Amino acid sequence: MPNLESNTAGIISPNPFWLASAPPTNSGRQIMRAFDAGWGGAVWKTVGQPIQNTSSRFGGLAWRGQKGVGFNNIELITDRTMDTNFREIAEVKKRFPNHALIVSLMVESKEEWKEVIDRSVDAGADGIELNFGCPHGMCERGMGSAVGQEPEVNERITSWAKEFSTIPVLVKLTPNVSDIVPHGLAAQAGGADGVSLINTVKSIISVDVENFVPRPSVGGKSTNGGYCGAAVRPIALHMVGALSRSPEFRLPISGIGGITDWSNAVEFLLLGASSVQVCTEVMLRGYRIVEDMIDGLENYMRRKGLECLGDFIGRAIPAYTEWGELDINFESVARIDPETCIGCQKCVVACHDGAHQCIHPGPEADSVPIVDEPECVGCNLCEIVCPVPDCIQMVQVDNGLAEVSWNEHLVRNLRIREKKGSHGYDMPE
Amino acid sequence: MKGVAEDRSEAEFGDLKPAYSRTQALVEANRCLYCFDPPCVRACPTSIDIPQFIRRIAEDNVEGAARSIFEKNILGMSCARVCPVEVLCVGKCVFNEAEVVPIEIGRLQRFATDRAYEEEWRFFEAGEDTGLKVALIGGGPASLAAAHELRRLGHAVDLFEKSNRLGGLNRSGIAPYKMKSGRAEEEVEWVLSVGGIGLRLETSIPEDISWTEIEKRYDAVFLGMGLGPDTILPIEGRNLKGVYGAVALIERIKLGSADLDGVRTAIVLGGGNTAIDMARELRGLGVEEVIMAYRGRREVMSGYAHEWSRAVKEGVIAQWSCQPLEILGSDGRVEAVRFQRLDAQKSPIPGEEFTLSANLVAFALGQQKLGNLVAGLDGIEVVGGRIVVGQSGATGRPGFFAGGDCANGGKEVVNAVAEGKAAALAIHEYLESRSD
Ligand SMILES: Cc1cc2nc3c(=O)[nH]c(=O)nc-3n(C[C@H](O)[C@H](O)[C@H](O)COP(=O)(O)OP(=O)(O)OC[C@H]3O[C@@H](n4cnc5c(N)ncnc54)[C@H](O)[C@@H]3O)c2cc1C
Ligand SMILES: Cc1cc2nc3c(=O)[nH]c(=O)nc-3n(C[C@H](O)[C@H](O)[C@H](O)COP(=O)(O)O)c2cc1C
Ligand code: SF4
Ligand code: SF4
Ligand code: SF4
Repeated sequence: MPNLESNTAGIISPNPFWLASAPPTNSGRQIMRAFDAGWGGAVWKTVGQPIQNTSSRFGGLAWRGQKGVGFNNIELITDRTMDTNFREIAEVKKRFPNHALIVSLMVESKEEWKEVIDRSVDAGADGIELNFGCPHGMCERGMGSAVGQEPEVNERITSWAKEFSTIPVLVKLTPNVSDIVPHGLAAQAGGADGVSLINTVKSIISVDVENFVPRPSVGGKSTNGGYCGAAVRPIALHMVGALSRSPEFRLPISGIGGITDWSNAVEFLLLGASSVQVCTEVMLRGYRIVEDMIDGLENYMRRKGLECLGDFIGRAIPAYTEWGELDINFESVARIDPETCIGCQKCVVACHDGAHQCIHPGPEADSVPIVDEPECVGCNLCEIVCPVPDCIQMVQVDNGLAEVSWNEHLVRNLRIREKKGSHGYDMPE
Repeated sequence: MKGVAEDRSEAEFGDLKPAYSRTQALVEANRCLYCFDPPCVRACPTSIDIPQFIRRIAEDNVEGAARSIFEKNILGMSCARVCPVEVLCVGKCVFNEAEVVPIEIGRLQRFATDRAYEEEWRFFEAGEDTGLKVALIGGGPASLAAAHELRRLGHAVDLFEKSNRLGGLNRSGIAPYKMKSGRAEEEVEWVLSVGGIGLRLETSIPEDISWTEIEKRYDAVFLGMGLGPDTILPIEGRNLKGVYGAVALIERIKLGSADLDGVRTAIVLGGGNTAIDMARELRGLGVEEVIMAYRGRREVMSGYAHEWSRAVKEGVIAQWSCQPLEILGSDGRVEAVRFQRLDAQKSPIPGEEFTLSANLVAFALGQQKLGNLVAGLDGIEVVGGRIVVGQSGATGRPGFFAGGDCANGGKEVVNAVAEGKAAALAIHEYLESRSD
């Protein structure tokens, strides 16, 4: 039986699946139901001076009939009193001593930080998470992403937190920056024990074209919100990977952003996260999804012969490098399995209009397309559009050339591949 | 293999609902809405977590999908093929409400469970030995499900089966276009692989071992002996050559080879699912004219509408509102059946009689109930041949439980599984309470 126990900056949980600080962690009752359902940890909905929310507050992105591929919100931090939150935190911790309970915090002054940290420690929390990420509303009041976007402020508040806290301190980073690394380093310089990322991405989810108002509409007006859900996963993966790869950055990471199933979670772990947090997918499908996440992770680990998370955390980092270090002589071409091809010709139009005009219609209507391998640049576009699993495979071709990166080539002028697919056609008259 | 013909007639049949390719499975799985507490699950007698296993297929975790299915229903592989999903899970899928084609739950279930057999995934182990022993009478789906569950709970079990093989009607009765007998036999092996299920084949209870003896040797007893032979009307000509009981003839088609040489016209008497299966199987084996003769009208037949419409498509003809008076023959062989026409209340219309010629007649009027087998056991109540049980399968006699066709009067494999499993849990509770 693989061991799923996870350790993020000294915060131990029976599995790496935590609920992110958000509506699913609003109250003790919810979190206890979530723990019963199998979640290994939870980050309490950000505690601070209770706010007043707008009524209408979420927006969803639908794409080709699939609702919720992206999600945004203009919700603020908790609207419940500190007394209520801390009382419930203590109660949950008492009933679930082996689950990880982290309190997300956001306040303004140093005195307030001291107060909420003391109360978190007193309540028995396993850690605190400093919310430097909320990109709407709170930042207009000088908190949230307004802090996260300024490395100096980030470092200063983190150091206050470390001064007051006897439990691990995670800093939750905002993705609304051009390069995440300096912000991770600022948290590190402030003494943080770990970071969690990403918070939501500044966004307008859609515009109501009938009524000329962005969504979500609050009585005919709207504001920018925070984008999350499956659609932001690539952004989050990159930021997690960028920190893991940075030689100066040494802190443990809790990965967040668009995680919907076991395989997404594995992706974050492979890029260096030691736990993952989920918000939107739980909002869309409920706490019960964790059962499938655990089952899928266990099956994956068994299949791969992995005994514990440590066996694969960060395993994809060595393969993540600079563009200039990639092998410019590596060559692959598309190959179509004629047995499973359904003749939709999606690959043909994609290649003709969106790539290099090297997949051609077969001899008859609806027949299997033909790949012009000598011209195929191996871009993967056809494989991406093909609706049949594994029908188009990208296969490596041996061009007899030695491996050489662009950087090496610049220095040593080594022999590199002929360009393919650039078709020196004349323009039609 | 003992008692099994090599060239079974059933081999001639194709697959009514063929296996999904991976592409088909993924497209279908991604269509499921992952409803919460959905009607499809409530319609499954074994409460398989349908959205969960379908989602796992979509997430490329087929092993997890299979585990989720078997956890609820250890015969999930055959149920995927033989369940009348049109009136169970699929019939209740919320897409029906929107008049959108419902999710093909059975075929997705087959995709995951077939894969488990192929890959030889094993999910269950016997529990720690409790030192207690349970006898299971009958080796059909009900007893198999009960035995598996009892083994997981650590009880020793012995299965007593009258015939020379396990599987019951799931092996010998299922229409071959749904599932062939070989598949049911593989399933038996799969169930037995939990280990420690004792087998007593060719042992009929109480004929070979008395109830007193059984009670002496075991701490609890599960009755899962199904139903008896076909009901044959006491009419003239019933013993002619070419006259069969439908269940017996189906068994012959499945396990041996049915001799249909020279059979051009067949008449099946009855209007239930066995009658429809019989008629379709005869058509499938090349009988030119197959007539299903039923006492009532189409609207009141107990056979499922979806099954009947498939039969019609395959060329089965109906004679509604008629009742056989006698079977006519010459040289000891059947030649025709004389019928009485009935009215809407199924009462005879005087003077309206007719005769249809036929070379084969099959009675599909139901199976006899086996309640009398336990007649001597005080406390067990038998009503209309059915063993009376409470919710969890307990009979009126302490330590005796029952489930499947012998208790429910004849339903589906999935009901037998659900009842067998529920009874196993009740037996466990009973044994625990006794040992405190
Ligand atoms: C023609 C036909 C087609 C069917 N098609 C379908 C279908 O498509 N889908 C579906 O879900 N269901 C179908 N069914 C119903 C299904 O087969 C039964 O509901 C199910 O098999 C009942 O399981 P069971 O374990 O209760 O009984 P059975 O399957 O009848 O098993 C009982 C076993 O007990 C043995 N036995 C009997 N008496 C004794 C004794 N005294 N001592 C020892 N052993 C004994 C029998 O030999 C038999 O092996 C069909 C039934 C028939 C007749
Ligand atoms: C409605 C909503 C409210 C949120 N509230 C908070 C919050 O109070 N504190 C916080 O740190 N993050 C908050 N978040 C951000 C999430 O914790 C998470 O970082 C983000 O949604 C990305 O993860 P996801 O793609 O799994 O949703 C909120 C997100 C949503 C959708
Ligand atoms: S999800 Fe619940 S709270 Fe939100 S609008 Fe619907 S009913 Fe109201
Ligand atoms: S996209 Fe795939 S299925 Fe469609 S024609 Fe191309 S290879 Fe065939
Ligand atoms: S009702 Fe239909 S859509 Fe909903 S969970 Fe069941 S199979 Fe899926």
